[in-house]
Amino acid sequence: MSDYLVELQGVSKKYGTTIAADNINLTISRGEFLVLLGPSGSGKTTILSMMGGFTVPSSGRLIIDGEDVTDVPPAFRPTVTVFQDYALFPHMSVYENVSFGLSMRKIPRFERDRLTQESLETVGLAGFGSRRVHQLSGGQQQRVALARAIAVEPAVLLLDEPLGALDLKIRRQMQEELVHLQKSLGATFVHVTHDQEEAMSISDNIALVNQGKIEDYGPPDRVYLRPSTLFAANFMGDSNILEGKIVSNQGGKTLVDTKIGRLRFEGEYRLGANVHVSLRPEQIRIGKAKGSEIISLGEILVSEVVFQGTHRLCHVRAGKEKDVKLLIRFPQEHIVKTGDSMSVFARESDAVLLND
Amino acid sequence: MIGHWKKNFLAVVYLVAALFFIYIPVVVLVVFSFQDGQLPVPPFNGPSLQWYEKMFSNDRLVESLINSVVVAIISSLLATVMGFLAAYGMARHDIRFRAGVRFILMAPLTVSYLIIGIGLLITLNIFGIPKSLLTVGLGHIVINLPLCFAIIYSQFGGHLRNIDWAARDLGASDFQTLTRVIAPVMKPSLFAAFCLSATLSWDEFIIAFLLSRFEVTLPVIIFEMLRAGLTPEVNAAGTMVFAISMVTVAIAAIVVSVNFGARK
Repeated sequence: MSDYLVELQGVSKKYGTTIAADNINLTISRGEFLVLLGPSGSGKTTILSMMGGFTVPSSGRLIIDGEDVTDVPPAFRPTVTVFQDYALFPHMSVYENVSFGLSMRKIPRFERDRLTQESLETVGLAGFGSRRVHQLSGGQQQRVALARAIAVEPAVLLLDEPLGALDLKIRRQMQEELVHLQKSLGATFVHVTHDQEEAMSISDNIALVNQGKIEDYGPPDRVYLRPSTLFAANFMGDSNILEGKIVSNQGGKTLVDTKIGRLRFEGEYRLGANVHVSLRPEQIRIGKAKGSEIISLGEILVSEVVFQGTHRLCHVRAGKEKDVKLLIRFPQEHIVKTGDSMSVFARESDAVLLND
Repeated sequence: MIGHWKKNFLAVVYLVAALFFIYIPVVVLVVFSFQDGQLPVPPFNGPSLQWYEKMFSNDRLVESLINSVVVAIISSLLATVMGFLAAYGMARHDIRFRAGVRFILMAPLTVSYLIIGIGLLITLNIFGIPKSLLTVGLGHIVINLPLCFAIIYSQFGGHLRNIDWAARDLGASDFQTLTRVIAPVMKPSLFAAFCLSATLSWDEFIIAFLLSRFEVTLPVIIFEMLRAGLTPEVNAAGTMVFAISMVTVAIAAIVVSVNFGARK
């Protein structure tokens, strides 16, 4: 018995000459909330669809709960998919929708009733059983789709951008409810989204998908704070990407020269290589650099300020020639104006050396 | 101003003329079915139901009426089911030569009934199958299947693919998916296809004429009556054919609009 509930081993999917999923290796633990995050067309939905059994991989193996299910049809897998458009059965009542999987499994009526009511209560729709699907709001339909899926107690619940069609406020609320639901059921969720904020707020682990490959994988804070590739740094929220050149790699340290100063990183990298460095807008602070772990980024000139409630987002120009555009988030109490000039610094450990 | 008025006037004249030419034959047919006299020609001698009485006491006509209903219902049911299965298969599976298969399924729509009738006649001869109501029904399936397929296939949207997947994902077999989920969801288009196909079969003449022998359908009897001479009884029979077609189409239209209206 493996430690992992779901294992993708070198899974690929080709459509003609297009590669939708390219040699995907991914493991999901029991009780984990994994988010497949990526831009549209990145292949994240293809990966989910292969887990659900709707798409057959061109190569590789898929193992769920210790069994090779690569060629097993959806009905015989311990997975249930919640579709982006919910795919509710429009001619059935809410109750009939939720109990559908149970009646297909020939669960006796009494038990079926109980499980259906339980699922409806879990998603907060107790008493809605007799409603027709088209009488419900988008958020409620979403809950019916969830109830229908959890009623059959799948080992893995696959969610294909389930919140995409909801408006922002309900989406935030449903995100919290999804996490709560997943923890209380102790179930394993795999959730597809293109919204990096959603991914960070609900996941145990994020698999960042780009052009059919997993670009980065890890807990949300790690993927956000220490993105491993240029794509990851760009996709996970705002970031300042600086071009640099490795000028020294001795004693377990690498020095990189950028237009706004010399940065130091742990590890030894190839001398002379052109690299990218990422620094988040909130990691740049106002003031003179003091201490050994602090690096000065020189003088900046503020070219635009946008007040965003929780912070002030500033477009600034930095470097000796003032030709490096940076994005900085200053706290609310810093009153900055266009045309202001000031010194800024960052913690050395905040800067990330990216793999291209 | 005068130009505008002229344009409107011409439009109205055109409309009235068009409607007149379309509906005058039907109006004449219906009016003179109530003729009190031997000939369905002016002058109109006041309403009378005598020709309807005569028609319903004509055993051969009543028998053909029943034949027509049976053929229409059974052939349309089969055409609808076959069209549904074909449309489902085409919509659900990524099949090779999709356009080619669709073309082959729909091509008979462009062939005249006469050609289809003659073709069937020759085929039946080759296989030594005697002409009967059964062969008429087969002929009607041949002409209605492409239509049923076209109507139903046009309503298979992308949302049905996920609904189909969801049903299977939850453990439904092929048969359960079709009967419990897809067919009920498609009910309005299935019903529309059935009604349209039934009305076409109901007043179809050429194939029914070519492929029937002893037992015949209503249009064939009307044709025989016409050859014997023009009487208001033919008008009465024609009026009935027209009325039943209209009612069927109206029911289909109402059911479809109510169902599609509710979904939005």
